[in-house]
Amino acid sequence: MKEEFNIISNLIEENTRVLDVGCGNGDLMKFLQENKTKDIRGLEISKEKVQNCLSKGLTVIEGNAESDLKQFPKSSFDYVILSQTLQAFLNPELVINELLKVGKKVIVTIPNFGYWRVRLQLLFKGTMPVTENLPHEWYNTPNLHMCTIKDFYNFCSTKNIKIFKSIALKKSRISEINESNLNYKNLDSHLGIFLIES
Amino acid sequence: MNKNIDTKKIIISNPLKLDCGKEINNFPIAYETYGELNSEKSNAILVFHALTGDQYVSGKNPITNKDGWWSYVVGENKPIDTNKFFVICANVIGGCMGSYGPSTINESTGKQIGTDFPIITINDMVNAQYELIKYLEIEKLFAVVGGSMGGMQVLQFVANFPDKAKLAIPIACTSSHSAQNIAFNELGRQAIMADSKWENGFYSNYKLNPDKGLAVARMAAHITYLSEKGLQEKFGRKLQDRDSLRYGFEADFQIESYLRYQGSVFVDRFDANSYLYITRAMDYFDLSKQYKENLSNAFKETKTKFFVISFTSDWLYPTSENREIVIALNSIGADVGFVEIESDKGHDSFLLDVPSFLKTLGDYINSTYKVINERRI
Repeated sequence: MKEEFNIISNLIEENTRVLDVGCGNGDLMKFLQENKTKDIRGLEISKEKVQNCLSKGLTVIEGNAESDLKQFPKSSFDYVILSQTLQAFLNPELVINELLKVGKKVIVTIPNFGYWRVRLQLLFKGTMPVTENLPHEWYNTPNLHMCTIKDFYNFCSTKNIKIFKSIALKKSRISEINESNLNYKNLDSHLGIFLIES
Repeated sequence: MNKNIDTKKIIISNPLKLDCGKEINNFPIAYETYGELNSEKSNAILVFHALTGDQYVSGKNPITNKDGWWSYVVGENKPIDTNKFFVICANVIGGCMGSYGPSTINESTGKQIGTDFPIITINDMVNAQYELIKYLEIEKLFAVVGGSMGGMQVLQFVANFPDKAKLAIPIACTSSHSAQNIAFNELGRQAIMADSKWENGFYSNYKLNPDKGLAVARMAAHITYLSEKGLQEKFGRKLQDRDSLRYGFEADFQIESYLRYQGSVFVDRFDANSYLYITRAMDYFDLSKQYKENLSNAFKETKTKFFVISFTSDWLYPTSENREIVIALNSIGADVGFVEIESDKGHDSFLLDVPSFLKTLGDYINSTYKVINERRI
């Protein structure tokens, strides 16, 4: 968690305007508020989590990214963050498009379904993978559209989305992803972090 | 209502031009305060009351001898903690708790003004209360807070005075009264005006009171403050002090008895003409219309932080209408938080013991106060 926050924070310039989509209990928002910028908002679907955020004095709106991002004007945020939430949407493509409208730049982090530990579980156990990063069983997972680092990388190039920076995380080891090491990073990382622009 | 209220009052000498075109001056505003204003004058919160509220937010209401109408929210160690904040609440103009209203005595005739009182609007109410803030010499309020009609006043206040409050919390309200809202208000007004003792609004001249009509108005309105589920759970078809139906029109059911009671206690504390005037002000409220049909324009000039709250079972001012306020604010990049609180207590949720509401509101106000003070905005 901490590593992911650090990487995201390093991608963001100081005193910019940030929206955290699917902000949960506001941990990332708090972290960025202390380290980068005061001007940060959140959008969260769970009432309970929204209340937790508001209790901390964070500016958070209860809402659904799939329907409620529309209300923000075009390019109204310098950065929009979607941390480990993309896979939970009914229509991830639509959400990415909305994010790219609202934000000048978008930071997307994805739990990598191509990580070797995940692959091994399906290959050898023959069951849907359950890992530290993906703790749910198939019958109660909120994750509808799991993807791999490679999937997202390819998605961006198919849809002409510019990737400014792509970072792979394994435990606390950080490395850059590029065309030539994509297959390896896709196998050896549990999390992918992308800084993109339309 | 009670003509001998010993209430804090100021006389506003500045003429106030009303939306209806008339001008009023030398008129009274009755108010109450709680807690102490700090030396920087940075801890003041102006609370706006709803349709039948008054200035007695907390503690004992000296008129009714009951707890103040927002005792769950305002008081020592309450979400709006009067150990920390200086809370101000004024009776709206048009009201009957000491501020200028239809029951005010016209000094030249010695009689109540009655329906010679001018039609007032939410805008007029807010402008009148701003005079009180000036009188108290508070340059900038920490917050303006209110539910229902109080929430409408919060929106109007920020639109009128964009740099006078750091934080605005409109609760369970709307930026524009809907057809359904107007319909229920009209029902209440017709009940009052149909009472033969209303006498075109000059009932006090005849020592009369249209209490039957006012009670019916209150009964009808009271239903709109609750939820179907809440009513069913609390009353269902339970009978009142009897084992079987009496085959008549007495209050067989507990819900009937409850509504009759609500109506009867209301007429003791509220003036029928005030009910007409204040419901009219609510019906006329349409903030986007004031700003060229674009609600966002109302808030373009402001840096005030907003926190909008609605309740799941509120069908009088439903979440969708509260969300419109959030959308208008977001579309201009304003600083706005929003949550819909789970409650089956209907519109009245904002007045009642709804723990998640009280906790979220209190925590938000306190942490925002801390953040804003640290930043010294």
